[in-house]
Amino acid sequence: MSDYIIEMENITKEFPGVLANDHVTLQLRRGEVHALLGENGAGKSTLMSILFGLYQPDSGVIRKNGQVVQIHNPNDANDLQIGMVHQHFKLVEVFTVLENIFLGVEPVRLGVLKYQEARQRVLELSQKYGLSVEPDARIEDITVGMQQRVEILKMLYRDNEILIFDEPTAVLTPQEIRELMAIIRGLRDEGKSILFISHKLNEIMEVSDRCTVLRKGQCMGTVDIKDTTVEDLSRMMVGRPIQFKVEKGDLKPGAMVLEVENLVVPSKLHKNNAVKGVTFQVRAGEIVCLAGIEGNGQSELVYALTGIEKITSGSVRLQGHEITRASIRQRSQLGISHIPEDRHKYGLILDYNLADNLVLQRYWEPAFQHNGFIRQEQVRSYADTLISQYDIRAGQGSQTIARSMSGGNQQKAIIAREIDKNPELLVAIQPTRGLDVGAIEYIHAQLVAQRDAGKAVLLVSLELDEVMNVSDRILVLYEGEIVGEFAPRDTTVEQLGLYMAGARRSQQAGVSENQEKSGTARKGQHS
Amino acid sequence: MMARIRKLIQKPGFDSLVASIAAIGIGLVFGLILLIVFNPGKSLYGFGQILFAGVSSTGKFSKVLYQAAPLIMTGLAVGFAFKTGLFNIGATGQYMLGTFFALYTGIVWQFPWWAALLAAMVGGAIWGAMPGLFKAFFNVNEVITSIMFNWIGLFAVNVLLANIPRVLADFYGASNPDRTANMAAANPAAIIPKWGLDQIFGSSYINISFFIAVIVAVIAYFVLNRTIFGYELKACGYNRNASIYAGINARRNIVLSMIIAGSFAGLGGGIYYLSGTAQYTIEKILPAMGFNGIPVALLATSNPLGIIFSALFVSYIQVGGEAMQPEYAKEIIDIIISVIIYLSAFSLLLKGVIRKQLKKLVRVEAITSSKGEVEP
Repeated sequence: MSDYIIEMENITKEFPGVLANDHVTLQLRRGEVHALLGENGAGKSTLMSILFGLYQPDSGVIRKNGQVVQIHNPNDANDLQIGMVHQHFKLVEVFTVLENIFLGVEPVRLGVLKYQEARQRVLELSQKYGLSVEPDARIEDITVGMQQRVEILKMLYRDNEILIFDEPTAVLTPQEIRELMAIIRGLRDEGKSILFISHKLNEIMEVSDRCTVLRKGQCMGTVDIKDTTVEDLSRMMVGRPIQFKVEKGDLKPGAMVLEVENLVVPSKLHKNNAVKGVTFQVRAGEIVCLAGIEGNGQSELVYALTGIEKITSGSVRLQGHEITRASIRQRSQLGISHIPEDRHKYGLILDYNLADNLVLQRYWEPAFQHNGFIRQEQVRSYADTLISQYDIRAGQGSQTIARSMSGGNQQKAIIAREIDKNPELLVAIQPTRGLDVGAIEYIHAQLVAQRDAGKAVLLVSLELDEVMNVSDRILVLYEGEIVGEFAPRDTTVEQLGLYMAGARRSQQAGVSENQEKSGTARKGQHS
Repeated sequence: MMARIRKLIQKPGFDSLVASIAAIGIGLVFGLILLIVFNPGKSLYGFGQILFAGVSSTGKFSKVLYQAAPLIMTGLAVGFAFKTGLFNIGATGQYMLGTFFALYTGIVWQFPWWAALLAAMVGGAIWGAMPGLFKAFFNVNEVITSIMFNWIGLFAVNVLLANIPRVLADFYGASNPDRTANMAAANPAAIIPKWGLDQIFGSSYINISFFIAVIVAVIAYFVLNRTIFGYELKACGYNRNASIYAGINARRNIVLSMIIAGSFAGLGGGIYYLSGTAQYTIEKILPAMGFNGIPVALLATSNPLGIIFSALFVSYIQVGGEAMQPEYAKEIIDIIISVIIYLSAFSLLLKGVIRKQLKKLVRVEAITSSKGEVEP
């Protein structure tokens, strides 16, 4: 038997205008965790889609155990015991965990589902690999982490030997990521061969045995993890050394830019308030970071600041102007720029081209319209300026449809648009989510440049490294309240973690907790 | 030559055009099969009528233009709303209200034709605004409200017309009380002028309404593609959240979009019943003109300029369908149109296939041509 369970040799795949894979070779050993590293658009997903039968290569061969195989569709891949956990899960929301797991390979007797048998098998598998799931819970009711475990169980239920994980940590909390790492190690120890796609270097260093690096569709080589460092990997991936530490000028806080007082924002998910009486300020020339675990009111707070969501009470002032009741457009014109957390849902009109997206916040300005008619020439030349200034890469330049651009370049477009407005206050929620190190470095540099230019920056982040690295002041948000305020040099990641998890809160926050308690008591009397 | 073809092929929208033409072709072949099944001996004659009756005489061609005009308008009513993310299935009701406003102002208030047409647009706009308001403020699906407003519109218009003696034909001495007056008797000034076209074509059907419809379609095209108003409308249609994020008043745009769409359909009702040849019959069925706007819009992938041609096509084969009577029931035309709509619903699929084939063609051509030429 061959040493390698899967070999992809000289795979080439071309899309219109892009060579996604250029003679890429990848060899997966039996029983190893093999990472596939590369920036967004480097061709990782294409390569894995070829292995999973979603695309056909233009040239090159795939071998399993030394035998050349043809994989025309995911069913072929399944027959070859190849399974894949996609970045966006492929689950039926209204089905239970159990139903999702056996969907497609249902055990039946005379057309009747053998539930008990399937349940038994799933329970055995979940015990063996430490994948705790609730077989009878509906997918829509369980956490993202458990949904991912369902996806893994789907592969195991089908006796897959080769497991592909496409950016599995992008959607997880730090705690869930640790669990996943343990699961992956467990799977390897049970003899599974694992392909782990990621652009997060720390995770790769932690969990994988070997790593193949792709850059712009080309294979930059395969290295043993124990012989390499984060710096080496990042250099291979980006082609130049990466600055992990953000360079910042001295902190020179200026005038008060944003003043938020006792802000209360209702939640759309439940009856309680998402933001419960938050008070804070941001000055010119500083980056204030709102840290916290996802779902603790960050999104609602930012939507309230930018006017997208209605507030219950409290006030917001921008440079002394009361803007609590101002419209979204008024706030934007007064100098708030907003880099939204979901660039597809809020940040871009995916079916518009890049030029139309770049003027989304200012198309009504005289520079871009005359008597209501769009000045196409001006829009185009403005877009071209931003494209070169912010190094946005798009196949057909300003006429590229936003949907066809890579995630990193979509984000660059949003950042270019929001920063070029020359705002007084830049609000950014998770601006680096799902991006590779090169893009992250770029975005951090842009945020710091705004700060150094004397602008106020409010950054919402879930990544503690980012919080510690970029911010001048850290506010920890827990269940809609600020539970602590720190300077990054006076605190540690561990301490922040405790506050984020709600295990601790500082004195000032205790006061607001009491206020909240009396608030709920009052509510209780009403109901 | 090949370079020019390649340029044409790579133009956005070219594959939509090819997909629509393919849908039409397959629909016609299906029609031919139907003709053979029902009456084999006459099938070639019947098919010939479908294909060529519309240009067989200037009279028939006048009929094509005459029916195309309101179809363009209802097609625009559906297509314009669709471009802004709304499915306006209520073009029928808006068309009814436009009809009523045109007839009432034309006959009772003795408006001249152009003023009656404006009134028709107002009527359609009011009926379009209703589902728009419900959608914008209560998030009620516009499909449901506009279907209901179709029926409300039909019966409201019937009740109103039946109770206004002056608009009915028998008021002017005709024997049938169930239809509206002949415009020549009620108010000749309300008849849309013919500008001598009737002399040239030798048909009383022809008037300037087709050109009015074409002008409106061109305006709609420019509004959608060249103005910031159209930019906002389409932004709301493509991604409501992002347009809210950009400070666009999405509610206002939903209502405005439906008002504009409604006024198009209303104008369609006006130009049909102010032609001087049509009289509105009080019946309990919805007029087909409104619903036929849906296939017209679909066939043109909602492009206002494309709608001119798809409306002409639908009108053309309808005239063909009438011409093949009595050998065949003209409902065969409805079946053919249905097949075409069905296939144009697959236009995305067809588009994918066509695009692939075209790309292959282009690539082969690029490889065989000189190597110095690099594809962008």
